Amino acid sequence: MSQSKKERGILRYGWFSRLNHWTIAISFVLLVLSGLALFHPFFWGFTALFGGPIMTRILHPFIGVFMSVFFAIMAVRFFKDSLIKRHDIQWLKQIKDVLSNRDEKLPPVGKSNAGQKLVYWIMVFSVPVLLVTGVIIWQPYFADAMPITLLRLGALLHAFVAFLAIITLIIHIYSGIWVKGSFQAMVRGRVSKAWAKHHHDLWYQEKMDEERRRKESLDRIAGQ
Amino acid sequence: MRGDQINLQNITARSATSPPSPQVRDGGVERVTKLIDVSRCIGCKACQVACSEWNDLRDDVGECVGVYDNPVDLSPNSWEVMRFNEYEDEQGNLEWLIRKDNCMHCAEPGCLEACPAPGAIVQYANGIVDFNSEHCIGCGYCVAGCPFDIPRISKKDSKAYKCTLCSDRVFHGLEPACVKSCPTGSIMFGTREDMHELAQSRTEYLHGRGFENAGIYDPEGVGGTHVIYVLQHADKPEIYNGLPNDPRISPLVDAWKGVTKPLASVAIGLAALTGFFHYATQGPKEVPKEEYDEVEDAETHEEDRT
Ligand code: HEM
Ligand code: SF4
Repeated sequence: MSQSKKERGILRYGWFSRLNHWTIAISFVLLVLSGLALFHPFFWGFTALFGGPIMTRILHPFIGVFMSVFFAIMAVRFFKDSLIKRHDIQWLKQIKDVLSNRDEKLPPVGKSNAGQKLVYWIMVFSVPVLLVTGVIIWQPYFADAMPITLLRLGALLHAFVAFLAIITLIIHIYSGIWVKGSFQAMVRGRVSKAWAKHHHDLWYQEKMDEERRRKESLDRIAGQ
Repeated sequence: MRGDQINLQNITARSATSPPSPQVRDGGVERVTKLIDVSRCIGCKACQVACSEWNDLRDDVGECVGVYDNPVDLSPNSWEVMRFNEYEDEQGNLEWLIRKDNCMHCAEPGCLEACPAPGAIVQYANGIVDFNSEHCIGCGYCVAGCPFDIPRISKKDSKAYKCTLCSDRVFHGLEPACVKSCPTGSIMFGTREDMHELAQSRTEYLHGRGFENAGIYDPEGVGGTHVIYVLQHADKPEIYNGLPNDPRISPLVDAWKGVTKPLASVAIGLAALTGFFHYATQGPKEVPKEEYDEVEDAETHEEDRT
């Protein structure tokens, strides 16, 4: 009994969070690939992944709207865990220690560290901007109705913000590869206690407190 | 290329294509120009009809909105429109200014700069800017890029259309259809040099007739155009239905399409590489084995207790 319990570890992301995350992730990667194809001729080859240049142009905005809906849900659900706290500032100041894996020097952080929170906030900014500017330049449905300056501004902002989002995405994906166990956390949902304690000590303590309280109340009920 | 271009050798610029296009045979090709002398136009629209005829275009029958402009705007099926303006000059005289509005065939075309589809917009050595529907993806970037509000995206096939300067006719030594049809000789066609000479003599004539501000419209901001106007009031091109005074590719389009994109593309590649090199030098972020044991010991301890 105790063995399997230990294996299961602490629940970090419930099934809905994981499902939602991967729905967004897949759509987002498709958006990046189809968007980049139009961004610069370097990436024109990506149009082959979507059934040709015209299909790429047609599909991209629909994937964008689809992704935005699920992103909105995630943005609401992750909001509280992403508020920047004082220890996050300290963590950011020690970004060199973070990057050099000198974890023992870092202040303990909550469920998300400052890096994850920044990814959250950049995306919370980017996705709505991409949605709005994307609709502005969307042929053949909306673009014709737009005044020319708005059209140009829309195209400019869409490209710039897409760049910001793509760089952020690359960093985000790399963190998942670099920090062992974090990819698993989003796939399986659970993390080991040691992992939680090491990377997100404040969150770990919180979870342990919860567990202790639950046990105590169980004990109390049993004792009565 | 799929053989869908009339004359490959004479393409000197191609949308979304960085390597240079074939230019070796440029030497023998003279740049062409269409001269529209607004002061001679009587607004008969023969040119509009000829354009539809030659290009097999049949626009929907529209509605009269109280002015002679018909259709009221360019469309995928109307590549040129006569725009009528009633202008009261300094002496209080009414002047009827009729401008033939169509693609200006800029030397530095904003549409070509904006277009993301390789080869969807090309420029020939003779200066004509042409859309190649075969490669067009219908994104509408050319609309944003154009300083003259010319390209129109079709609702039927989602492709961009505009005046071709009858590139097909010109390649075979004919003048554009509109030129051929004009009964007053207000549309002329020839080499750039000849047309400038002609425009100059018309301007001088107009000066003599009291139009002191008569002049040639060949805006420098877009490197000059291969469609030029003789205007009675060249100092005020806006009165000719908003002909831009100093057209140039919008700074917004330049910021969007200029050096930022290649730089951003390189930055994206570098970001991915940086990740790889970081991993290769710093290694993964792992929980040290001792910490696992520690937490596990504590666990077992606690479980023993309960
Ligand atoms: C949120 C909803 C989105 C909508 C409605 C949208 C819409 C559009 C539209 C209409 C275009 C023009 C080409 C076309 O019609 O396919 C476009 C281009 C582009 N999109 Fe999106 N998009 C969205 C999200 C995204 C996202 C999340 C990214 C990537 C981070 C992205 C990256 C790009 C890029 C790089 C381009 C090319 C821009 C250029 O050529 O300057 N888009 N998008
Ligand atoms: S609509 Fe066609 S011609 Fe215009 S920019 Fe897009 S691909 Fe190029």
